[in-house]
Amino acid sequence: MLQQVEGSHGIAEAVALCRPEVISAYPITPQTHIVEDLGAMVKRGDLGNARFMTVESEFGAMSAAIGSSATGARTYTATSSQGMLFMAEAVYNASGLGLPIVMTVGNRAIGAPINIWNDHTDSMSMRDSGWIQLYAQSNQEALDLHIQAFRLAEAVSCPVMVCVDGFILTHAYERVDIPEQKQVDEYLPSFQPRQVLDPNRPISIGAMVGPEAFTEVRYLEHHKQLEALKIIPTLQKEFHEKFGRDSGGLVSGYRTEDADTLIVALGSVNGTIQDVVDEMREDGVLIGSVSICSFRPFPLAALREVLKKAKRVIMLEKSFAVGLGGVVDPNIRMTLRGISKPIYNIIAGLGGRAITKKSLHEVFDKAIKDELEGTHFLDLQWDIVNKEIEREKQQPRSGPIAENILRDIGSVASDIA
Amino acid sequence: MITQRVKFYQTDTFTAGSRLVDMESRSVQANMERTNSLNSGHRACQGCGEALGARYAIDAAMHATDNKIIAVNATGCLEVFSTPYPETSWQIAWIHSLFGNAAAVASGVAEALAVKGDTETRVIAQGGDGGTTDIGFGCLSGMFERNDDVLYICYDNQGYMNTGVQRSSATPPTARTATTMPVGPEPGNVFGTGKDVPRIAMAHDIPYVATATVANLKDLEAKVKKAMSFRGARYIHIFVPCPLGWGSQTYDTIRLARLVVECGLFPLYEAEYGEVIRVIPIRRQVPVEEYLKPQRRFAHLFGKKGNPETIAKLQVMADKNIQKYGLLKKGGEDE
Repeated sequence: MLQQVEGSHGIAEAVALCRPEVISAYPITPQTHIVEDLGAMVKRGDLGNARFMTVESEFGAMSAAIGSSATGARTYTATSSQGMLFMAEAVYNASGLGLPIVMTVGNRAIGAPINIWNDHTDSMSMRDSGWIQLYAQSNQEALDLHIQAFRLAEAVSCPVMVCVDGFILTHAYERVDIPEQKQVDEYLPSFQPRQVLDPNRPISIGAMVGPEAFTEVRYLEHHKQLEALKIIPTLQKEFHEKFGRDSGGLVSGYRTEDADTLIVALGSVNGTIQDVVDEMREDGVLIGSVSICSFRPFPLAALREVLKKAKRVIMLEKSFAVGLGGVVDPNIRMTLRGISKPIYNIIAGLGGRAITKKSLHEVFDKAIKDELEGTHFLDLQWDIVNKEIEREKQQPRSGPIAENILRDIGSVASDIA
Repeated sequence: MITQRVKFYQTDTFTAGSRLVDMESRSVQANMERTNSLNSGHRACQGCGEALGARYAIDAAMHATDNKIIAVNATGCLEVFSTPYPETSWQIAWIHSLFGNAAAVASGVAEALAVKGDTETRVIAQGGDGGTTDIGFGCLSGMFERNDDVLYICYDNQGYMNTGVQRSSATPPTARTATTMPVGPEPGNVFGTGKDVPRIAMAHDIPYVATATVANLKDLEAKVKKAMSFRGARYIHIFVPCPLGWGSQTYDTIRLARLVVECGLFPLYEAEYGEVIRVIPIRRQVPVEEYLKPQRRFAHLFGKKGNPETIAKLQVMADKNIQKYGLLKKGGEDE
């Protein structure tokens, strides 16, 4: 049914349609609205026997999810930013134990400086954790990916993160099509766990493993993700058949067919990029874009197929590996191993800085002329940076950087454009 | 779960005496049909108080629940010595997740059972003092506060023994550990205000809190069985000597667990809904020296360079407990 709802509400409705049995939640902006909605649904009795746990921390949220999933209950949680880091140890544990938990990440920056706005640093910090990571382009895709996520997680017995841009998607009201319960029931069978804590058939879960078998256990985690690479397109196809929408998949191209220049990105920024692609196409520029939906497993082959014909590739990402450059960028270079072409890396949208069409036009033009440096920081204000560097040179006790800069620019936090 | 017939262990005088009393009053370990939840062959050190405490506690819980137990284990000695896979000593449904999250994982297990309408299976979380009083404390308090249907058992050996005997918040003052060496003007662990986790558990007003030791195993069993008669969050804090970490003789594990009670340093009590309802009185208080002297972690308090002032401070702590809990008061229940 078509509804004009907040992104978070759409996600909550999708999760509810998946008949979760245990939901654990600790509040963190911008994840809150999702779990608030689910909490209300549980309290009203809309979700049958389902339990809603208000735990004491994100570490507790993921830990409770581990216990619940290991006891054979379909389990969901959600987090963002600092919460992602606070539960990090349990995040790795959930995947190591092979528990098919589904978690929404309302993508948000990580401090210090503390910042509640959107970028991908939080989920990217867990890129090697063994979780599958799916990135949504729109509120509709965010909703749809959750339904696919439960099926995928349970098919390979591996947890799945659905990464949804904080505020940009979670707090935006858009028209979404919320499926019927019957449709979802037909698409998503009941949970058949591979391992269950059961007094009648006692097993030990979580044993210590030494060098004799650790590599093999790790490889089998990798194997699950390789299996997921095969399953994700099938799930996308079946989803299309059932719901009539193209959501998910490994990657999705936009006007790629004859493109010389391809922009690669994750999440909601693809919408803006596609607008810019349309405008540049009108000016005769052969440009297209590719959205990576499945970041883990990383679709090396599928992406290579799309990117191989382009003359140049621009990786635009909302994540930054301090001391190196982009986080996703090295993945693109692996994708194109053995194929020689310029790959540009643009770091954009950190801490919620708006990624404007104007800036994208400028930077894409530069890249097309092959005038862009290897790693480019979109709209970086060099005057502010240089002033602080100078201050640090001049004054031994130059003070806290964030506070210095804010004083310099005399800005208000809401002025993020 | 299938039970197995096991050897009869002569565990204490109560057990031998059990043969003369009716079945209900006998100790669980004296029962030929008892489970062997923590099977022999594990890697615990000789004289390990934790292994002894865990076997008695879990077997008692199994007995009380018709063998329907799921246990969640924190990282630590108990986890490491029991599951060097492919071997596992656990004959029960058992999961180990992390060091600091046993209480939260157990809450999740309990919620999953509730969703499935399984009211018979009960959940136990267990860990050492580090996993309970330090790193797992947040999750523990959360589990208490929500009153989740979990019995949490802390096996307190007063330090991080698995990592090589470092100080925890359960390490007593002046004790030598690898991070509180007996050097300088105030050797050993500091005199702080302590972290009395059973009292903190009581402050959550949870249905049941108890302390126990591996010296009085029948009392330990009774407390576990009693804990299983409640729904909601429950906590049992068991004093388990560690010969390796304490520098004590392996044959002194039971003796030290008895002396710590008799000197007053470790009061035995039960509390329901935040109120102490029963204590185990001390018949004759022994001086703290008797408890301290057999342990090398307190060696700097004795000998030529002895430290009577510090011993006196420990004696004050013991006396305070005796007064606070009325441990020497006449009319208390005699065990």
